[in-house]
Amino acid sequence: MQRIGVFVCWCGTNIAATVDVAKVAETLKSEPGVVFATDYQYMCSASGQEIIKNAIKEHNLTGVVICSCSPRMHEATFRKTVQAAGINPYMLEIANIREQCSWIHKDKEEATEKAIILGRAAIAKVHLNAPLTSMESPVVKRALVIGGGIAGIQTALDIADAGFEVDIVEKQPTIGGKMAQLDKTFPTLDCAACILTPKMVDAGSNDKVNLYTYCEVDKVEGFVGNFKVTIKQKPRYVDATKCTGCGECTTKCPSRKNPNEFNMGFDNRGAVYIPFAQAVPKVATIDPDDCIYMKTGKCGLCAKVCTAGAINYEQKEEFITKEYGAIVVATGYNQIKPTEFEEYGYNNYKDVVTSLEFERLMNAAGPTGGHLLRPSNGKEPKKIVFVQCVGSRGQSCRDKSYCSKICCMYTAKHAMLVKDHYPDVDVTVFYIDVRTPGKNFDEFYRRAVEEFGVHYIKGMVGKVEEEDGVLKVQASDLLANAQIHMDADMVVLAAAIEPDKSARPLATMLTASMDTNDFFTEAHAKLRPVESPTAGIFLSGTCQGPKDIPETVSQASACAAKVIGLLAKDHLLCNPCVAHSNETLCNGCSTCANVCPYGAITYEDRLVMDKGVRETRRIAVVNEAVCQGCGACTVTCPSGAMDLKGFANRQIMAEVDAICR
Amino acid sequence: MREIRELLVNKIKELLDNGTVDRVIGWKAGEFCYDVTPAIFTKDDSFDDFLFNGFCGANQSKYLIEETKAPGRDEPEKGKILVLLKPCDSYSFNQLIKEHRIDREKVYALGVPSKGMLDVNKLRNMGINGILGIEEDGDMVKVKTLYGDKEVARKDLILDRCRCCKGSKHVAYDELLIPEAEEWEKDTTDRFAEVEKLEQMSAEERFDFWRSQLSKCIRCNACRNVCPACSCRTCVFDNANSGVAAKVNADDFEENMFHIIRAWHVAGRCTDCGECSRVCPQNIPLHLLNRKFIKDMNELYGDFQAGDDTETKGPLTAFTKTDAEPSIVYSRGGDK
Repeated sequence: MQRIGVFVCWCGTNIAATVDVAKVAETLKSEPGVVFATDYQYMCSASGQEIIKNAIKEHNLTGVVICSCSPRMHEATFRKTVQAAGINPYMLEIANIREQCSWIHKDKEEATEKAIILGRAAIAKVHLNAPLTSMESPVVKRALVIGGGIAGIQTALDIADAGFEVDIVEKQPTIGGKMAQLDKTFPTLDCAACILTPKMVDAGSNDKVNLYTYCEVDKVEGFVGNFKVTIKQKPRYVDATKCTGCGECTTKCPSRKNPNEFNMGFDNRGAVYIPFAQAVPKVATIDPDDCIYMKTGKCGLCAKVCTAGAINYEQKEEFITKEYGAIVVATGYNQIKPTEFEEYGYNNYKDVVTSLEFERLMNAAGPTGGHLLRPSNGKEPKKIVFVQCVGSRGQSCRDKSYCSKICCMYTAKHAMLVKDHYPDVDVTVFYIDVRTPGKNFDEFYRRAVEEFGVHYIKGMVGKVEEEDGVLKVQASDLLANAQIHMDADMVVLAAAIEPDKSARPLATMLTASMDTNDFFTEAHAKLRPVESPTAGIFLSGTCQGPKDIPETVSQASACAAKVIGLLAKDHLLCNPCVAHSNETLCNGCSTCANVCPYGAITYEDRLVMDKGVRETRRIAVVNEAVCQGCGACTVTCPSGAMDLKGFANRQIMAEVDAICR
Repeated sequence: MREIRELLVNKIKELLDNGTVDRVIGWKAGEFCYDVTPAIFTKDDSFDDFLFNGFCGANQSKYLIEETKAPGRDEPEKGKILVLLKPCDSYSFNQLIKEHRIDREKVYALGVPSKGMLDVNKLRNMGINGILGIEEDGDMVKVKTLYGDKEVARKDLILDRCRCCKGSKHVAYDELLIPEAEEWEKDTTDRFAEVEKLEQMSAEERFDFWRSQLSKCIRCNACRNVCPACSCRTCVFDNANSGVAAKVNADDFEENMFHIIRAWHVAGRCTDCGECSRVCPQNIPLHLLNRKFIKDMNELYGDFQAGDDTETKGPLTAFTKTDAEPSIVYSRGGDK
């Protein structure tokens, strides 16, 4: 019989306000095996932990149940506590009476009853707990960064700076991401290219950084410290080792009607192209859908003009498999195409553009050479209307529920830049709220209003229609309580941003969790913001939520710090809660091996003694260093031969029984 | 039927004589003529009581687990065994090979034709009792009874499971008795029609339906023992340590759980052979539990037939990026 101690935490008022903690402790005292029970204001504090340690010694406890917050929060803390008092850390169970009880109930009586039941279940489990010992696994000292935008580049450079090898996988032909498309950056108005391209060059030339551009992650196996990743290199049809980036092929290519993605389709590129002059690596790529030779077998002009002989129409996709200790997700965002918001006329009128399109129209390296011209007729606009929150902060199914965060600031930037370059242009911004928290952000916005004379109107645009080449804007002014009719030459929509489409399948591959908006979930919103709940997976940049550049870069560096902390270790303690197979029950059916995501299960023919008969059987064997204790095998095993240490079928059943008692 | 039996016996004798196999699993009559059970015959046995008729429904695949396992210490190595697989049996055969339960090297599979197996209960429902003998003759079945001879159309006696048969093609064999067997004519029924009826019930009606059916169970374990997917060396219900065994015996409701747990255990591996319902002495439509799973899996993960081959992973043990999200599963069926 175990000697169990029960410790009920108030968590200040978090638990105590809804749960009668004294009653929980008192009631659980009469459970079989419980020799001590108490409650305390903050069990995780130094003095709380002292109470636990003293009770273990005083009452010769063999098992401990702590009724407190989620084990995700403090299981590790309390394991250390009981270990310090001489108990095996796996003789501890946590009953979550905060997230699963006090926080979700209002009625104190009911919540108290539930807390008692949860405590009872944990006690029932501790009765069947056995001491477990951790093994060690080595750490591969290399990191993978998925996504080569500013977030991925910064994380990679910081990791490399600490002396670790790091690979960047980027699905586009060049690194740089969205920031490469931007004109100026708020709140200091330095040019995006001027601050980004040196970092791109650093990433390209750093010995420790390997770039896998025009690549995608195909498969992820393994676990923290020991990931095995298969990277798919899409065919460029250009030998990257030979291409000098001279661009001769791109100018000679006769297929010219392909929208240039980098310039948001405002101009065209050849079928063979280099996304932009500062691309890293500066290597041409052939789009097989646009290439005349690839479609008809006639042309081949690029191959003729290439003095390096780099063109290779026969190139096939290749797969590269490498091992990593840590994986960083930096998949970034996209701006939505506001095609569903028909009231703004984006689908119908060329002069209605999104803000990212506007960036290209303002950019010195853009399709107009930085000269702001109306896309419809190439003339200079005289009146520009900016519309904020297009698709953000809404309740309808076409809207994102969240605030895209960056739009208030870049719209102020756009307005200011327009007024700066073309002082006679009339600029109006329609907004719901102007949100400018951040260092020097509000000052920046006020400059737009006060120094540059941008008109800010609180209210939304209801309709945009074109009449005789003029955009007729109907809007409301909420402060003046008036309807506004206004003419404009251009309308710029601050459309919402959303996670890149590649994020969800990637999350599935990484078994990393996501929220309903497809943003990656952090391990703790406040205390572990750059780690995914999945060990060894880290989050950098907007894949985790909308962020501007300063915030992205600080998060990217924070993420690198976490990765470095992991890679600096030679070994990791393995989770001792691993699966094992009972040889007399095992059917050898391979079902467990089929579902094992880590490839931890193999089979061997073994002489087995069962019911007095000795025979050779095919038996499952678990590699404990590889097993992560997910339990998929235990639930799929029809005979119950597979079981998980620390979470045995009998233990789970005992918990269920205790709950249903 | 008589001609096919003769052809079959000749084939078996040939395979025994030329040493391809040293024994065969066949069928012979039990207590009654319609009560046919699998039996092992060797070269020296008489084949007089070897049966092959419309009551040879029993799926022989499962017997191969025991017959092909590695010999124990001091046991002689056995030769190959001949198994007679009807088209539907060949699915279970494949499934067991996939699960490494049958040693394929130790089996010679002879595909035998089937024109649908017969259901003695259908005779009884026609008021035909005191059955002494049954003779199939083309489209007709002649029944000898205590009360005189009767004649019934064969199609009226076909087992329900055969009316939504998977077809005349064998998915596994070494040799076919009749190489180009034709598809037989039958009044086909929709395999999932009954499941759909259950789905349309309210949760309460469905609960009542299953309570009334499953409470008839006498726990004879016939369904478990006949089921080719239920082939664990030690069943969880026979394993005192599993904690499940004691529970299902606790009260009559827990006993209902036996069937539900069993259906879960075979989900994704059940070939829908229908043996569970055929052998149930209480006529519980157990196959409907399995079919509900099959129907759900088909809808959620795409059509899948267990035992179609020996490699493809079942939908519940394979993971693809296009798999249904749990939230989709939760939103299906039941009262909101």
